[in-house]
Amino acid sequence: MPTGTVIEFRNISKSFGGVTAVNDLSFTVEPGRVTGFLGPNGAGKTTSLRILLGLVTATSGTATFGGVRYSALPHPLTTVGAALEAASFHPGRTARNHLGVYAIAAGLPRTRVTEVLGQVGLADHAAQRVGGYSLGMRQRLGLAYALLGDPGVLVLDEPVNGLDPEGIRWIRRFLRAMAAEGRTVLISSHLLSEVQQSVDDVVIIARGELIHLGPLASLDTDAAPQTIVDSPDREALTAELTKAGITFSIGRTGLLAATSDPALLGHLAFAAGIELSVLHRQKAGLEDSFLALVDGSPTR
Amino acid sequence: MTSFLRSIAAEFTKVFTTRLWWILAIVLFAYIGLLAGGLAALFAGIQTGVISPDAVNTGGGATPDLGSLPPMIYSFASSVGFVFPVLLGALATTGEFRHQTLTPTFLATPRRGVVLGAKTVTLVVVGAGFGIIALAASLGIGGGVLNAFGVDALLLDQETWMQAARVVLAMGLWAMVGVGLGVLVPNQVASIVIVLAFTQFIEPLLRLAASFLEVTAKIGNFLPGAASDALVGATVFSFASPIAVAPLDWWQGGLVLLGYALVATVIGFAVSWKKDVT
Repeated sequence: MPTGTVIEFRNISKSFGGVTAVNDLSFTVEPGRVTGFLGPNGAGKTTSLRILLGLVTATSGTATFGGVRYSALPHPLTTVGAALEAASFHPGRTARNHLGVYAIAAGLPRTRVTEVLGQVGLADHAAQRVGGYSLGMRQRLGLAYALLGDPGVLVLDEPVNGLDPEGIRWIRRFLRAMAAEGRTVLISSHLLSEVQQSVDDVVIIARGELIHLGPLASLDTDAAPQTIVDSPDREALTAELTKAGITFSIGRTGLLAATSDPALLGHLAFAAGIELSVLHRQKAGLEDSFLALVDGSPTR
Repeated sequence: MTSFLRSIAAEFTKVFTTRLWWILAIVLFAYIGLLAGGLAALFAGIQTGVISPDAVNTGGGATPDLGSLPPMIYSFASSVGFVFPVLLGALATTGEFRHQTLTPTFLATPRRGVVLGAKTVTLVVVGAGFGIIALAASLGIGGGVLNAFGVDALLLDQETWMQAARVVLAMGLWAMVGVGLGVLVPNQVASIVIVLAFTQFIEPLLRLAASFLEVTAKIGNFLPGAASDALVGATVFSFASPIAVAPLDWWQGGLVLLGYALVATVIGFAVSWKKDVT
C-alpha cells in the first residue's frame, strides 16, 4: 500500500512580470486526510500547484514532498499523481495510447493503463480518440493519469469541474477512500460547496495569500451572528430593541438583530408584552464564512 | 541513463500514436515519386534522343549536358523531400506546447533536458526513416524510369548507395532542425509558416542571389539547404549556378546542418523549453 508523504509549501512567492500571483505562501498537507485548497478564480491556486509540481519555478521559497522537491523525486509518478485543470491531451491520440506514453516514460507496466482506465470508468472508451471526449470524460482521463503510478500523494486541480452529479458522488467516495488508505490528497476548488463533503481540512487563499488554514469545522466561526425576530406589532418591537440598544436591520423574513442570543430578545419582548411571530438564530453557513473570508470582509 | 532510454521509448510512442507521421510519409513518397519519375523521364528522354532536343531547347543551343542522371534524380529524396522531416520535427515539438502535453510529459520526466534530448534522438531516427521512404520513391520510381529509357540506373553502383546513406543522414539531421525550430518558435502556426516560407521561397532565392558573385556564393554554401545538398551530393541547384564555386565537402555540409540544428535546439531550450509551463 503506497503511503502518503507530507506536502510542504514554505514561503512560496511567484510574480509574473511584476504581478504577484502568490505571496509568501506557507502550509502543510498531511497524509490520511483530504485537504481542500480553496480560493476564488485567480487567487493563485493553480500557480501554487504548478510550483509544487516543478512546472513553474517559484520566485522564492520551496515546495516539497516529504522534504524532496518534485524534480528530485527518483520516481515522480509513483510518488505523486497530479491532474491539473488544463486539458493536456493530444486530441488525435486514444486514451490508452495517451496513458501508454507516460507509463513508458515513467517505467510503469502497461497493465497499469488498463487498470486505471477501469478504475475511472473509461474502460469502454480506451480505444477512442481523446478529441471526441466530453469534459467529464477528460476529467476522468486526467485522474487516470494521476493514478497511473499508484501514488501515495494525489494533487488534483478542480477535479469536480465538469463532472455530472453521479461523477461528483463517485469522486467524493473515491477521494475519501484514497485518504482512508493513508494517502495524501490535495484538491483545489473555487467553490467550497463542491468539496465540502469530501474534505477534512481547508487551506484558503485569496489574492495569492493564505487567509485561513485548519479543519473544515474551523470555518464554522460565526463571527458576527444574528437573530431573526419579528412581531405582528413591529413598531413596538423596534422601539423596544432601540431602547435596549440592540442594532438591527430590516430583512426579508423579519428584523435582523445583532445578537447571538435569541433568549435575550425573547425576554425583552415578554417583559414588554410584545407578541413574537418569529424568533430564531441565523447561523452563517460554511459557504458564507468562506465567501466572507475570500472577500476580505467580516461575516455579515 | 534508464530515464533517457525510457524517454526515448515514450517519444517514439508519441510519434507513432498519432496520424501525422504516416500522412507525411505517404505525401513524401508520392511527391518524390512523381518528381523523380517525371524528371527522370524528361531528362532520360532528352539524353537518349527519345525527346527531341528542339522540343525543350528553344534557344537553339546545344543539347544541355546534364551529367550523370541517376545521382541527380536520386538526390531529390533530400533536396526536395527535406521539408517533410523538418515539418515532422517542428510539429512534434510545437504540438507539445499547443496541446499542453508538456504538463504530463514533465510530470513523468521532470528533467527537461532529458526529454528534449530524447525527442531529438527519436526524431533523428524517424527523419532517417523518412529518408528511406523518400529513397524508395527516388530510387525505385526514378531509377525504374531511367532503366525503362535504357539509361544505366547505377543501382548496383557503390556510389549510389553511399549517396543513399548520405540522404538518410541528411533527412535525420533535417528532422533535428525541425525539433530545434519547434522549441525556438513554439507557436505551431508560426513554425509551419517559417518552415514553408524559408524552405520553399526564401532559401532558394537566397541561394540563387548568392550564386552570382564568387564571395557570396561561398557564403551561400553555408545556407542550410546548400549544406544539405553538399552532404548528399548532386542536386538540381548545382548546375543552375552561373559561377562555379565548389560546394562544401559532404562531411562539412553535414556538420553545418548539424550546427544549425544544435544552435536552434540549445537556444530554444533556453527560451521556451525550460520556461514555466502554465
